[in-house]
Amino acid sequence: MLHNLFIGELADRLRKRQISSVELTRHFLSRIERLNPALNAFITLTADRALADAAAADARLGKGEEGPLLGIPLIHKDIFCTDGVKTSCGSRMLDNFIAPYDATVVARLKGAGTVMLGKSNMDEFAMGSSNETSYYGPVKNPWDISKVPGGSSGGSAAATAARLTPFATGTDTGGSIRQPAALTGVTGLKPTYGRVSRYGMIAFASSLDQAGVFARSAGDAAAALQVMAGFDPRDSTSVDVPVPDYSKSLGQPLKGMKIGLLREFFEGLETRNAALLEDALNIYAGLGAETREVSLPHLPLSVPTYYVVAPAECSSNLSRFDGVRYGYRCDNPKDLMDLYKRSRGEGFGAEVKRRIMTGTYVLSAGYFDAYYLKAQKARRLITDDFRSAFEKVDLVIGPTTPTPAFDIGAKMNDPVLMYLNDIYTIGANLAGLPGVSVPCGFVDGLPMGLQLIGPHFAEAKLLNAAHQYQQATDWHTHAPRGYES
Amino acid sequence: MNGWEVVIGLEIHAQLATKSKIFSGSATAYGAPPNSQADLVDLAYPGVLPVLNARAVQMAVKFGLAVDATVAHRSVFARKNYFYPDLPKGYQISQYELPVVARGSLKIVLDDGAVKTVGITRAHLEEDAGKSLHEGLSNASGIDLNRAGTPLLEIVSEPDMRSAKEAVAYMKKIHTLVRYLEICDGNMQEGSFRCDANVSVRRHGQAKLGTRAEIKNLNSFRFVEKAIQYEVARQTELIESGGKVVQETRLYDSDKDETRSMRSKEEANDYRYFPDPDLLPVEIDEAFIEAVRATLPELPDQKAARFARDFGLTAYDAGVLSASRELGAYFEAVVANLGASHAKLAANWIMGELSSALNRENVDIENSRVNPEQLTGLLNRIVDETISGKIAKEVFEAMWSEDKPADAIIEAKGLRQITDAGAIEGVIDAVIVANPKQLADYRSGKDKLFGFFVGQVMKATGGKANPAQLNELLKAKLGGGNA
Repeated sequence: MLHNLFIGELADRLRKRQISSVELTRHFLSRIERLNPALNAFITLTADRALADAAAADARLGKGEEGPLLGIPLIHKDIFCTDGVKTSCGSRMLDNFIAPYDATVVARLKGAGTVMLGKSNMDEFAMGSSNETSYYGPVKNPWDISKVPGGSSGGSAAATAARLTPFATGTDTGGSIRQPAALTGVTGLKPTYGRVSRYGMIAFASSLDQAGVFARSAGDAAAALQVMAGFDPRDSTSVDVPVPDYSKSLGQPLKGMKIGLLREFFEGLETRNAALLEDALNIYAGLGAETREVSLPHLPLSVPTYYVVAPAECSSNLSRFDGVRYGYRCDNPKDLMDLYKRSRGEGFGAEVKRRIMTGTYVLSAGYFDAYYLKAQKARRLITDDFRSAFEKVDLVIGPTTPTPAFDIGAKMNDPVLMYLNDIYTIGANLAGLPGVSVPCGFVDGLPMGLQLIGPHFAEAKLLNAAHQYQQATDWHTHAPRGYES
Repeated sequence: MNGWEVVIGLEIHAQLATKSKIFSGSATAYGAPPNSQADLVDLAYPGVLPVLNARAVQMAVKFGLAVDATVAHRSVFARKNYFYPDLPKGYQISQYELPVVARGSLKIVLDDGAVKTVGITRAHLEEDAGKSLHEGLSNASGIDLNRAGTPLLEIVSEPDMRSAKEAVAYMKKIHTLVRYLEICDGNMQEGSFRCDANVSVRRHGQAKLGTRAEIKNLNSFRFVEKAIQYEVARQTELIESGGKVVQETRLYDSDKDETRSMRSKEEANDYRYFPDPDLLPVEIDEAFIEAVRATLPELPDQKAARFARDFGLTAYDAGVLSASRELGAYFEAVVANLGASHAKLAANWIMGELSSALNRENVDIENSRVNPEQLTGLLNRIVDETISGKIAKEVFEAMWSEDKPADAIIEAKGLRQITDAGAIEGVIDAVIVANPKQLADYRSGKDKLFGFFVGQVMKATGGKANPAQLNELLKAKLGGGNA
């Protein structure tokens, strides 16, 4: 079936004109129509536009043009601005917002000939680990629709897992790509901070946000990253470092590669999760990699550090949503203060408000030093820990999440419990490092992910390590029941 | 005022003369239709990001070098968070803990001629906000974001000034400097150059500073002077009558000539400054600084010193003529043709007749109707004694209104000075004959009547008699009778 093929295989058939992009697009659109109602993975479907994009791609293919993504469908997380298309960020605040421009990521993928099927559901302003804070309702996990798909990029993850799209964009501020990838059994890549432009990506926490990709293999993720990565003069934090040929770097033997086991990640790990990782380590040993233990002593500070830094930045980033120029505005404001209070009070959901309040508090006079500055110091220590680890090893390995997907509603009333979901993913964001989650088995019939984290700009090495693992295993080829055919 | 010391510090906002905004590509031109110069970045659309305009940094560094300040190798943009409709992001990007320029100083000349050094604490880059418009709208406010994102250099002085006059002298000096450096057009009416004044008073000899009030948004030198004078009087009266000055922000009302409380310290915003994660720290290396230094023009103090040294001008004249690059250039163009030995004559004419004509017609010196070559043409006729200084003023007025060279006017109006001693003597004789009574009085000791005879001769010659010759000849004729 077409939807089980990888991007390389689809591109091959498109190039050979065995299928057209329009046919491929219709195939995925009909799957979405049939299967999405149970999943709620989309906020906006752009079927007409997708068919037009596909026809344009077919024309390019017809002229003999080639490209790894030419004619390939995708979906964008609804955090990316898409010219002329609603861009809600999962919030009532932007329910009426039609973006007047394309994010750099969107523009690059469009230029490569991709076909946008729609915009995916997400936690409101990317704040959540379960996709339950969306104004558009929770996304269901295709492996078990009573479970969450993870968040915040839950729609992109669920849609990729359910084979409603060959790949999808996402963003990762504290694990929002890797955690849902793990919980839905797909491959999720969060690149180095600065590798992919943030321009046009609605900001949650600017120093942590990074765009990335969901796909069904490391090879597919490499093809997508190839197009997304690169310096953007419109994003001062994007880095002008050459983009290597990621697909070409797949296939390097792992012999002699040093993989570090993060002691702090393995301590107290649930036994079945630990057993899956043990299996993975054996696979890597079989591939010739050496494993050794490394310690990141400050890593336990990650969650509290993150929950100071991210809310602080978000409290400022979300100030622009004030009911004045675009987005939600309350009815009949009495005066300016009433306009602000009710537009923001009615436009934002509970989790967003909680983080704005937390962030406002930690930046306030009298608390700034104790919270914000201290968190910055902790962040520096965590970054230094990673740096010294990477003097000893090429990559580090650990679990992506502590548990498989949990029940919808189970953690919504306990924010701290919810925040602990990100315990293994946040470190990479604080240090700006690339990380990838790949499926590594099942617990209770639900997929689990293993996480690889590398030094800055080591995406090629990271993707190759993930690819080698996927050559030796078939976890990434499993589809949730009901979505294979 | 007896027994009180006034302490003033100024925060001057100079709008930098970049073509585009500090963090977006929109134009900064003044007076465009509302919101026609605001792009998605200025409107703070979701997802957009700021990109720093390198020209603004160059200009800030240029200023720093001109005031002998330290240019920071690393400075950081921070967010100043507050809600206001003309602030689209809900925060202003400014510099807080690490400004681009720190620890400079500037010399000002006081009324008694003494030179005073005013410390410059820091100068930092920031973006301006937009404007809220209330006029002509019923039950609504308009917002014009054309100004939002315009680069500003905020120049913060030490509390070194001790009177309203000193504060104005400092502000004028900064005004001169930023225009010299071509980093600000200095247009105060359009708000390109404005200041906040921090004012406090304390008893003479008291070490601790008094509680200060900050007077916001003063956009003329006169308002700065008046607002400070009012504020000093208010504070001293308040303390003398047993009250206490409270730390607050005040606004100056120029119609009523008073300051009014805007908000107290308790009502002040907590701006929650933190480093802007969208912008990297600004790294400035020595090569950048040296490249900017190479673009520095001759500075006002350097020019004044050169004028005094090379042309023998007084410190006052040299200061006036170097107050703007254009004025200095005009003066130098005249002197180049006239000769350095006549520099004082040129200075007097430029500071006198020319300046009053420019003021009267409200014209800038670059657009003067009498250009340096034309003025030189006139002054040459004074030097070669073709006309007197007095006649020259008449010729100058004609040049201004008729746009003709001096020589043409002198010829057309027959204003050439009479230097023929015989001709002058003839007129003197006629005047003496016509005024026998005055002659008798003069000769009997009424010396003051000498001026009467000078006047009569000048009247008869249409003012064209060479004054020095006339004096000499007249003295001889009048005195001759006495002897």
